[in-house]
Amino acid sequence: MRGTDFVTELEAAIEGAVIGRNLETLDPWLEISPDKLLETCRWLKESCEIRFDGLQCITAIDWLETDPKKAAKVEWEPHTEIVYHLWSTKARASLVLKVKLPRWKDNQPGQLPEVSSVESVWRGADWHEREVFDLSGIQFLGHPDLRRILCPEDWDGYPLRKDYEMPLEYHGMRGR
Amino acid sequence: MSQILDEDQRIIEFDVRTDEMLVNMGPQHPSTHGVLRLVLRTDGEIVSEMEPHIGYLHRCAEKIGENLTARQWIPYTDRMDYLAAMNMNLGWALTVEKLLRYQVSEKARHLRVLITELNRIASHLVGMGAYGLDLGTFSPFLYAFREREKLLDLFEEVCGARLTYSYITVGGMTADLPPGWLQRCEAFLDQFEPVIREYHTLLTTNAIFVKRTANIGVLSPEMAIDYGCTGPVLRGSGVDIDLRRDGESIYTAMYDGYAFEVAVMKNGHYPRDHEYPAVPRDAVLGDCWHRFFVRMLEVVQSMDLVRQSIDRYSQCKGPLGEPLKLAEKLPAGDAYLETECPKGQMGFYVVSDGTPIPWRVRARSSAFSNLAVSPELCRGCLIADVPAVIGSLDVVMGEIDR
Repeated sequence: MRGTDFVTELEAAIEGAVIGRNLETLDPWLEISPDKLLETCRWLKESCEIRFDGLQCITAIDWLETDPKKAAKVEWEPHTEIVYHLWSTKARASLVLKVKLPRWKDNQPGQLPEVSSVESVWRGADWHEREVFDLSGIQFLGHPDLRRILCPEDWDGYPLRKDYEMPLEYHGMRGR
Repeated sequence: MSQILDEDQRIIEFDVRTDEMLVNMGPQHPSTHGVLRLVLRTDGEIVSEMEPHIGYLHRCAEKIGENLTARQWIPYTDRMDYLAAMNMNLGWALTVEKLLRYQVSEKARHLRVLITELNRIASHLVGMGAYGLDLGTFSPFLYAFREREKLLDLFEEVCGARLTYSYITVGGMTADLPPGWLQRCEAFLDQFEPVIREYHTLLTTNAIFVKRTANIGVLSPEMAIDYGCTGPVLRGSGVDIDLRRDGESIYTAMYDGYAFEVAVMKNGHYPRDHEYPAVPRDAVLGDCWHRFFVRMLEVVQSMDLVRQSIDRYSQCKGPLGEPLKLAEKLPAGDAYLETECPKGQMGFYVVSDGTPIPWRVRARSSAFSNLAVSPELCRGCLIADVPAVIGSLDVVMGEIDR
């Protein structure tokens, strides 16, 4: 990736923001501490020399192995990973931010994990965060209107979580 | 006499004062865009707020992708933007190839350019025809579909399907072109080129069309970028970005050596604008008319690219190459790639844990981001302008809802 100096600048500007990195891989990524996310995003958009003015995509990945046999072998602890794909119109460059969250807040099943919303930085994040909330169950703090976008409002559960079970019935319609 | 007029004035003013009203547009098939519901808050004819409700076509294709191998998911990408299924196939195939660090043969690359650019023409024809429908003129739709039909015939010969092709696949193509196909494709292009003038007469320069689209729904470049708008919507606002030139190397390598100019207004001029009707006086950069016009220019640009790729493809001596195994093992890791699809930049993201079945797949829909900006564009416009704005964004709900 062209010009990775901004990472050093970012570390100087916001202390403790970058907690992991891989700039040599296919898509260079930085792991950001969840409590510094909003600050980091604002810096990347407004103060960084490569102005990352576009947010292309937000993805939540549910790292949970539901098969107990395989679960014994995996190296990671169950967690949720949120991936932000940024793009700079000026430099024609992209950057990936990753944020690690617990699957449930305080490990209480049903309590959605929380992360700050970046809607105030990129307005395009509005619908993307609603989609992630809808399908993966992440609470975006500070989002102006966080409600389901693709599923019906009375839908139960978060389909893209690995332990999701399709409802047997929805308003008289057979689920499976 | 003057007394009566004064009195009338009062009566009129009293009459036009209206209450705020919620108007539901849809959910239905407004035209070929798919099932979309708009809730408008109106004051008389003026829309004060507009909110799109989406999800009527939601199938959670991403969840399905977690249960299939990468190649098995190709048919599901067909059903995203079903008007440009070739481009969708290509996006996913390239993303997986990026993860595999796999490069297809030169012949396959030229064939991919050829087929996706043809599909871009077909998609823009629907975009154009359906836009006419949105604005209440039926005939351009028939003209557009007449030519699209011939394109679909060509696609049917190639892969047997007219809409959901699954032709481009991970590691190559499912089959080579049938004999004589290139000649038939060239015959189509020769016949199609003069027809484009008809479209300009029917829509681009049509006085009613210009009145309905010029200076309506003006999208500033800053807002377009802020909302993640891409493709013709972004270029219609004058932002010079086209992933076929500015994208990642695995994608731009396909277009190496091809001559094309990005369809965007620069210094008040569109590329080759002496060949096309002049920009109407009322049109403002970023309005519905410009978004429409960029698509019309891209049709011509794609025709050029198809001609170039036919030459290159027929000069290629080597074999086309076989696609990868159905259950090819993916290396652990992740890859994200955006490609320039007719509707905008379609991104695919694949996360693998080292098995043939991806851990997570993600489709970043271009039309999803393009539609997200529509409430801003519709604020303060007339009810009749709402279909003009939505149509100019050229959304396909299959891609938005996934």
